Amino acid sequence: MNRIVLESPDGVPVAVPLSERVHWVGAFDPHLRTFDIILKTANGTSYNAYVVRGSEGVAVIDTVKEGFADVFFARLESVADYAEIKVIVLNHLEPDHTGALPELMRRAPGAQLYISQKAQSMLKGLLKQENLHFTPVVTGDTVSLGDRSLQFLHTPYLHWPDTQCTYLPEEAMLFSGDVFGCHFCDDRLFNDRAGDFRFSFEYYYAHIMRPFKEYVLRALELIEPLPLKLIAPTHGPILRDRPDRYIQRYRQLSSPALHSEISPQQKTLLIFYISSYGNTRRMAEAIYQGALQVDDVRVSLYDLEGGEVAPFVDLIEEADGLILGTPTINGDAVKPIWDLLSSLTVVNLKNKLGGVFGSYGWTGEGVRLVEDRLRGLKLRVPIPGLRVKLIPTDDEILECKAFGLELAQELMGLREAKMINFADLA
Amino acid sequence: MAKATITFEDINITVTVPAGTRVIEVSEKVGSAITYGCREGDCGTCLMKITDGWNNLSEPSVLEDKILRENMAGKHNRLACQAQLLTGHISVKPA
Ligand SMILES: Cc1cc2nc3c(=O)[nH]c(=O)nc-3n(C[C@H](O)[C@H](O)[C@H](O)COP(=O)(O)O)c2cc1C
Ligand code: FES
Ligand SMILES: [Fe+2]
Ligand SMILES: [Fe+2]
Repeated sequence: MNRIVLESPDGVPVAVPLSERVHWVGAFDPHLRTFDIILKTANGTSYNAYVVRGSEGVAVIDTVKEGFADVFFARLESVADYAEIKVIVLNHLEPDHTGALPELMRRAPGAQLYISQKAQSMLKGLLKQENLHFTPVVTGDTVSLGDRSLQFLHTPYLHWPDTQCTYLPEEAMLFSGDVFGCHFCDDRLFNDRAGDFRFSFEYYYAHIMRPFKEYVLRALELIEPLPLKLIAPTHGPILRDRPDRYIQRYRQLSSPALHSEISPQQKTLLIFYISSYGNTRRMAEAIYQGALQVDDVRVSLYDLEGGEVAPFVDLIEEADGLILGTPTINGDAVKPIWDLLSSLTVVNLKNKLGGVFGSYGWTGEGVRLVEDRLRGLKLRVPIPGLRVKLIPTDDEILECKAFGLELAQELMGLREAKMINFADLA
Repeated sequence: MAKATITFEDINITVTVPAGTRVIEVSEKVGSAITYGCREGDCGTCLMKITDGWNNLSEPSVLEDKILRENMAGKHNRLACQAQLLTGHISVKPA
């Protein structure tokens, strides 16, 4: 197999052709182990950037992390003069792809910068300059390079609000940014040559794209109809062998694993609790009984002590409502609750119904703190948390049942219209 | 004191508030599904739809206008962390 040439005989980095008119001008970072604080990689990553040559100018799509600028510029210079560069596209503004931008703009003053509509205020935060010249683009906008052209697809939140993808129709290539990427460093560069990177692809999706599944599905509506010979992401192997498989995989990963047995009018409500002496558990069981009274609510009760976090996260991702029970210990909710909550950032919780309850001894902060956290996670928490001092009395057990009933009714949209005075809101 | 009323259509709750109250000060307390990120008119997370009473809200500031445009908002959309309830009745729901 002929090797991919990454350097000239005298050791200067050179561009790698993807076609006669398209080159890779990226950099390898084999010793990186932690990315964006939240990701691990056992063999580093790559920062992929690309050059497209048209009859009337050259486009550069994305750059590299700042420390890798020299290699990027050397590769770029091997295929283009700065004066030829008419277009710079940033598919999102994260510093791992915009690190060389200020210097590139300095070297190629004739280039126009194309960023997504949603990137405009972010660009200021990134470059700390006023009077920047750029063109904001949305789906359907194109820029011509003569016999080559670039089309923009607005694909927000994959994984930054300003993310877009750039399509080159004349070559059926998609420059997808971080979408379809992974942290995997392999100088064989192409998916049909590199080592087995499937685990990295899955891992990257699970940590970077999973919180935005609904946006992934919307982006796929734009991407799937495109004729595609190759997907060129900003990290990891370039997908030239059956690129459609990676698109299908994104669709699978963004759709529910097994279709749940429930009928469409049913809603799922999960109650999780943890309890040292059984007081919060007694509350949980009464809340469960209360919720069971409402038709079409599929309610389940779980003790956090009896499971691991990851499967609970999967469960919560697909649920409509989430009720958490925690005692107050040393002025706070307990660690298993916080561990669960801090693991929920990988799923979308927006608009799910939330509720909190718990037993306490003298201060009872735990419930309020968890309510605030649920709101912070973008759940709606319409019914104030329920607290019981130490052991619940028979009356308090009835209150718990009423709380469960009310939450279940809220979930089903059965609560009656209400008039409230601002002063009466907690 | 001058008052306004706001209805959160997603949860069917109406609140009477002092004139000048921002939607954000009410919506979280009653549990509407309008969600917030930056809380200062910069991120567009709190986009909401005004279904009634558009003119009973404060005018959008230059900043709010810019963020509405960046987020390709429709003409009935406002930011819940910015819009103030001035008078009469207003109905909103998450965008
Ligand atoms: C994976 C990832 C997710 C992010 N999510 C958010 C977010 O939800 N909200 C936000 O304001 N910034 C978000 N950011 C942007 C970071 O906060 C921003 O880049 C910041 O400047 C990083 O600061 P640091 O250099 O101290 O790490 C995210 C960045 C990454 C890499
Ligand atoms: S919460 Fe960010 S704009 Fe309102
Ligand atoms: Fe990124
Ligand atoms: Fe990246």
